[in-house]
Amino acid sequence: MKIPSQWATSLRILLHLLCATPALVLIYNTFTGGLGFNPIETITHQTGIWALRILLVSLAITPLRILLNLVQLVTYRRLLGVWAFFYAFVHFSIYLTFDLQFSFPLVVDDIIQRPFMTAGFTALLLMIPLAITSTRGWQRRLKKNWGKLHKVVYVIGIAAVLHFVWLTKGNQPEPYIYVGLLILFYSVRLVNKFRSRTA
Amino acid sequence: MLIKTKKSWELSENEVTNEDLFNKRRQFMKMGGVAAMSSYLPALSWAAADHLANQIALAPTTRTLDEKLNSFEEITNYNNFYELGTGKGDPVKNADELNTDDWSIEVTGECDNPGTYALEDLINFNDLEERIYRMRCVEAWSMVIPWTGVSLSTILDKMNPNSDAKYVGFETIYDRSNPLSGQRSRVLDWPYREGLRLDEAMHPLTMMAVGIYGKPMPNQNGAPLRLVVPWKYGFKSIKSITKINFSKTQPQTSWNMAGPREYGFFSNVNPEVNHPRWSQGSERRIGELFRRDTLMFNGYGAEVASMYDGMDMSTNY
Repeated sequence: MKIPSQWATSLRILLHLLCATPALVLIYNTFTGGLGFNPIETITHQTGIWALRILLVSLAITPLRILLNLVQLVTYRRLLGVWAFFYAFVHFSIYLTFDLQFSFPLVVDDIIQRPFMTAGFTALLLMIPLAITSTRGWQRRLKKNWGKLHKVVYVIGIAAVLHFVWLTKGNQPEPYIYVGLLILFYSVRLVNKFRSRTA
Repeated sequence: MLIKTKKSWELSENEVTNEDLFNKRRQFMKMGGVAAMSSYLPALSWAAADHLANQIALAPTTRTLDEKLNSFEEITNYNNFYELGTGKGDPVKNADELNTDDWSIEVTGECDNPGTYALEDLINFNDLEERIYRMRCVEAWSMVIPWTGVSLSTILDKMNPNSDAKYVGFETIYDRSNPLSGQRSRVLDWPYREGLRLDEAMHPLTMMAVGIYGKPMPNQNGAPLRLVVPWKYGFKSIKSITKINFSKTQPQTSWNMAGPREYGFFSNVNPEVNHPRWSQGSERRIGELFRRDTLMFNGYGAEVASMYDGMDMSTNY
């Protein structure tokens, strides 16, 4: 399969618009009083969940490429990754500002003592080098190593999903849907790798 | 010179019910009067409900707090009531599912007067009082709420617990054949269960509430009657109670069953003992952007700490 070249740019713009939508909705709600009675919590939850969802979409690209035989899909992966980082960064910044009030000891406490924070912080930290090297310039400069470096995204996926699983109260289904998706995406990749090796 | 020292719960002049609230009550009572006149002979439970609404509106304020009250909108739109959904806005959306007509409470266990009680049998409507308490959720947010109700002890006294009664257990409404929408998923092991040691239940701060802001308890806040235990995390203050049981042994409690390491039986507000997953040292008061420090026993230590003398709070969390 092939995406017609006249669609490629439109698809890119569409993806940017889709990724920007949750942020635009949040900004709109901030100015119209639509964030509810705990606005900080709403912003923290929304940016967190969208960081995770967009990250999962970016991790779905390779399985989709394999299943649909659509090589071009790979060109959309970086933009998704950068958007996921954007939401994760805002998510953490809001927490740092309003919940921890920039207290360094509290940050350290959280990261050391609380597994869900360790997982979340690990995901964010690992996303930084990937976001920085997401440009074409860095792709060229790093050559083959670029691909190796960006394999870290598989660790980020696990850390981000664990962050969500570990912070949820009671038996709620949503985090486990993401666990399932992650397993599915990784399996498709592994099976494909195994096949191409034995073929 | 005469220095008048005021006890923490005494009223000062600027703390009496504000005008806005007072007017709201007036208006509400007038509405109630009109409603009563325009209706035909109401069923007994309706008459009782009317009477209750009036008495709630008239209840005197007996305990105030020098902190800004949360608004009625905040208190009734931001709720944890998993029976009506896990989102904070779900309970108000699904509030209509809860039918509080002809409510009855089944009393069992170690007491002289077990049986089925109607609301009006349990609560003496003439004794209702309004108390302003802090409410601290285990999720690290908090509110200041004017509850209307009675001391739980006045209710338990009617049942005359015997000498084997060491604990009181409570259950929230649960009809297996017709569950509330949140009860269709197994977020928790339904029915919701809570419990107190008998001395905690009999403590004068422990309240059975039937109203908020001088109005009958909204469904999303646990109508028609709910517990309020201000020095414990909010989940101890069980909503929409249908069963009370006196027991010799510690009753099972829902969140403790779901996560014994995370939610203890006592669950006293304690900034020193962290939830395994988050700090309990601070909280966000609804309506504020930044966090404030959490107080030991939610600020009620002077009145309740002695009940836990000699107890290791880090193991009995």
